[in-house]
Amino acid sequence: MDQITRAHVELREMDALAAEDSPVHRLHPLCKLLVTVFYIAAVVSFPKYDFSALAVMVLYPVLLFQAAGIPVGLCFYRLRIVLPLVCAVGLVNPFLDHTPLLRLGGLTVTGGWVSMVTLMMKGVFSLMASFLLIATTPMDSICAALRKLHVPGILVTLLLLTYRYIGVLMEQVAVMTDAYRLRAPGQKGLHISAWGSFLGQLLLRSMDRAEELYGSMQLRGFRGEYHYARLDGLKWKDWVFGAVCLGLFAAARWVNIPALLGSLFVR
Amino acid sequence: MIEFRNVSFSYDRQQPVVEGLSFSIRKGESVGLIGANGAGKSTIMKLLLGLLSGDGQILVDGLELNKKNLAAVRQKIGFVLQDSDNQMFMPTVYEDMCFGPLNYGLSREETDARVDAVLKSLGIEKLKHCYNHKISGGEKRMAAIATILAMEPEAILMDEPSTALDPVNRRTVINTIRRLPQTKLIASHDLDMILDTCQRVILLSRGKIVADGPVEEILYNRELLEGNRMELPFCLQGRRENYR
Repeated sequence: MDQITRAHVELREMDALAAEDSPVHRLHPLCKLLVTVFYIAAVVSFPKYDFSALAVMVLYPVLLFQAAGIPVGLCFYRLRIVLPLVCAVGLVNPFLDHTPLLRLGGLTVTGGWVSMVTLMMKGVFSLMASFLLIATTPMDSICAALRKLHVPGILVTLLLLTYRYIGVLMEQVAVMTDAYRLRAPGQKGLHISAWGSFLGQLLLRSMDRAEELYGSMQLRGFRGEYHYARLDGLKWKDWVFGAVCLGLFAAARWVNIPALLGSLFVR
Repeated sequence: MIEFRNVSFSYDRQQPVVEGLSFSIRKGESVGLIGANGAGKSTIMKLLLGLLSGDGQILVDGLELNKKNLAAVRQKIGFVLQDSDNQMFMPTVYEDMCFGPLNYGLSREETDARVDAVLKSLGIEKLKHCYNHKISGGEKRMAAIATILAMEPEAILMDEPSTALDPVNRRTVINTIRRLPQTKLIASHDLDMILDTCQRVILLSRGKIVADGPVEEILYNRELLEGNRMELPFCLQGRRENYR
């Protein structure tokens, strides 16, 4: 299976993953969405040198992945393309920040190195939480939750249709790549001379396909407002989950838990 | 049920794709729309659905097709696209079937009842919660028909409903079409399927109606068909007594 087809299959599998059943899947989408937003906000708000306090935040996605029956490895595998990019964000920090922070033996660790690690952790944790949300909640339900939060309908519909159209676009890329490779044996990838026409054709075909899909939606009464999944009211377990999570995030943010635990044993 | 009055359309205002079309289809009638590539079959369907607008008048169940009546007309007509992948854009068959009825204001309960009834009538209950990308081409075609039937249209348009299907799936689709009580307009090159499913045939050539009559009159006429870049249905070929 080529890379594009595999990526397409993986995208489709996200829907299947989100439709599974587990305590995490059964939580109210609105609750999961809000907790994820607060989690990301808490994670990014940690000071740039506070990586030891930040480390504790990994527990939220890891524990919930376990409860949802989704291997953490799957998250890293699916995010394998984005993760290096997220990690690359902090790579310049060691060159910009030379403030000495601590000494390990004869080695001085500068603020740049620490802030790089903190930044990477922030990125990875945020991605893990986002992946957890979409792996345990169907996109339809996430959109319904966004509408409950009064996010404008046009934006939510745009989000949903973009999600659906990514699959359509990838199908087109897969078909065109196959057609290209069959007539370019022994060639690795797409030759640079074909990039222009390939992209042009892809754009035209995608537009045709999108127009067909949109026509099909219109013929079935679509007038810009999508009917999302029906969301029941929040149950007590959702309130408890939300309250516990927010409490723990706040505690982790304001109290350096690893340092506190360490102080119990080291005086 | 459906009436075209002197309808013409061209993409570039020079070369007409369909020209001066006038015909009507009675309620409950099953009509095949045949013609060579580029004859204007798909354009007629798109005109009828208001996806294209041309000159002349189109009436659906007494309603003139215009901006004001577009939603009401579309509610009366279901369209089964040639490529089911373009029709099935939701993750599962169930969600796709709910899309139309919910847009037309049905409650979830009513929609669910309708979806179950349609799936049962087509004998495809097992597909209900299947993912669209995981079902076969034949199942997808049946599911596409189901999504349209869930809207309870009065007329159904089908664009090449039997293409890319294996013989068994093709037969299943044909039998399903035959059972549908709605008014049907079926555009196809599969003349054997038209012979099996339609009472009347409209033969198009370069955007004009060349012949319009009972299926036995047109599909058995080798001279007429071959004169318009068509040929006899396979089931009639080689049996001289069957054609003129």
